[in-house]
Amino acid sequence: MIPETERTNSEANSKTNVEKIREQFPIFRHQDVRPLVYLDNASTTQKPQSVIDAIVHFYANECGNIHRGVHYLSERATESYERSRSKLRRFIHASSDNEIVFVRGATEGINLVAQTYGRTHVGHTDEILISAMEHHSNIVPWQLLCEEKGARLKIVPINASGEFIFEEFEKLIGPRTRLVAVTHVSNALGTVNPIRNIIRLAHQFQVPVLIDGAQSASHLPVDVSSLDCDFYTFSGHKMYGPTGIGVLYGKELILDSMPPYQGGGEMIRSVTFEKTRYQKLPHKFEAGTPNISGAIGMGAAVDFLQSVGMDSVFMHEQVLMAYGSKTLQTMDDVRMIGTAKEKASSLSFVIEGIHPHDIATVLDQNGIAIRAGHHCAQPVMDFFRIPATARVSFGLYNTREDIDALRLGLEKVREVFK
Amino acid sequence: MSNLNNLYTNAIVEHSKAPRNFHEPETANRKASGHNPLCGDKFNVFLYIDNTGIADIGFTGSGCAIATASASMMTEKLKGKTETEARAVFTQFIDLLTGCSDLQTDSILGELSIFSGVREYPARVKCATLIWYTLQAALDGQEGTVETE
Repeated sequence: MIPETERTNSEANSKTNVEKIREQFPIFRHQDVRPLVYLDNASTTQKPQSVIDAIVHFYANECGNIHRGVHYLSERATESYERSRSKLRRFIHASSDNEIVFVRGATEGINLVAQTYGRTHVGHTDEILISAMEHHSNIVPWQLLCEEKGARLKIVPINASGEFIFEEFEKLIGPRTRLVAVTHVSNALGTVNPIRNIIRLAHQFQVPVLIDGAQSASHLPVDVSSLDCDFYTFSGHKMYGPTGIGVLYGKELILDSMPPYQGGGEMIRSVTFEKTRYQKLPHKFEAGTPNISGAIGMGAAVDFLQSVGMDSVFMHEQVLMAYGSKTLQTMDDVRMIGTAKEKASSLSFVIEGIHPHDIATVLDQNGIAIRAGHHCAQPVMDFFRIPATARVSFGLYNTREDIDALRLGLEKVREVFK
Repeated sequence: MSNLNNLYTNAIVEHSKAPRNFHEPETANRKASGHNPLCGDKFNVFLYIDNTGIADIGFTGSGCAIATASASMMTEKLKGKTETEARAVFTQFIDLLTGCSDLQTDSILGELSIFSGVREYPARVKCATLIWYTLQAALDGQEGTVETE
């Protein structure tokens, strides 16, 4: 942890801290031509040395399969894997390790809930409620379920600022609603949703709530116990950990009542051709040899984030969001897409007469990585009547200098297309 | 910036800002649509083919500068060509962009050869080729939507 005294907003101190953080990321050291300005953190984050080392250490020193061997390496691997689970549990303030299921990422977390909880609780003419700003991964699994069950997917609309319209949510939730699934932070707009109020209202109707935390877990403190959400899912690679690993949090009582997701090894207690008995939580949902090194790497990412402190991360990024917004708004041909009062992580924008892909290519040539496209949120693009946006998204290693470089880069974009 | 000049040449920027034949010819008797679901580019190609060949050609839609310029320059190149000639240009253009061949000395591409710079940007090759695959569909009389990604 960084001592409280160093956590002031004073520019000099915060710069020193960011420099210390950047030094931990090898990718910022290996830039031969020009310094990398990485502003595509909502797609994936870079990895600190400690995460890379944790993965290498596992393969070099303790590679064995988990939960089965009686030999030394298997025990070491099991211990490291389960220790990571505990780290993740503490990270989001879950009450038990049984509530932390390792999955491939937030996408699989949502699919798991749709295919297990959904298939047992959603029937003909029942309703599932999502918002109009969801990522495709929080739309399509529910569409598949609705098609199978003859259920209906209902959409809570957003306003012109890209905010969840709570009054519409109040009108849409009702006796047929079986589940509410909303994103914590929008990947296309940066909007932070009022999930605490959403959860509270849904619970008044005895409706469970799934929160897609893919864009929030690395940006703001998450406390699932205090939020009282029923499911929360997020990906390792968007929080400085490896790809192919993520977490589904579920309340123990609910997870326990759900049928398994996939069948196979690891998730069974006994198998005969007549009857199979399943493992206890959380192993019931972890069929097959899991991504052991990934889970260990994700645990190392939690250590890394906690060494900085999520409050500090949030404050640092809010400063960047404000400075980034201000910088973009001084350019008169830039139009911000998504102007919610509460935003985190991402700034989306378009420039009159220049396609976002052309913006991104010109910026790339200047060493600036941003995302351009529909951000797997085509309904959001349709709502704003645009084919795509340019999106800059921040991480804890970004600086004001990165935003200044972005501004210079955008001036070059204008020059090319003047 | 030298690399970038290979991509966003003056001609490409200029065509993207003021595309030629950017309309649906009233006489059009063949048309096709193209869509790149990855980036959202959508274009329509319209042909008026008579017994001499492509008597008129136009396009509508929206996309990035590379895609728009490619469409604009395609229409300029192909107006008045026979179907056989148009298909030959198509083949050479696709071969050049996908790296199947370098620019040949007897190339019939003319100004279109500036798109060879796009090869340096693999993610953008589809932007330049979308309209051409759409043209191919129109020539073949396929009215559905061509998709590239």
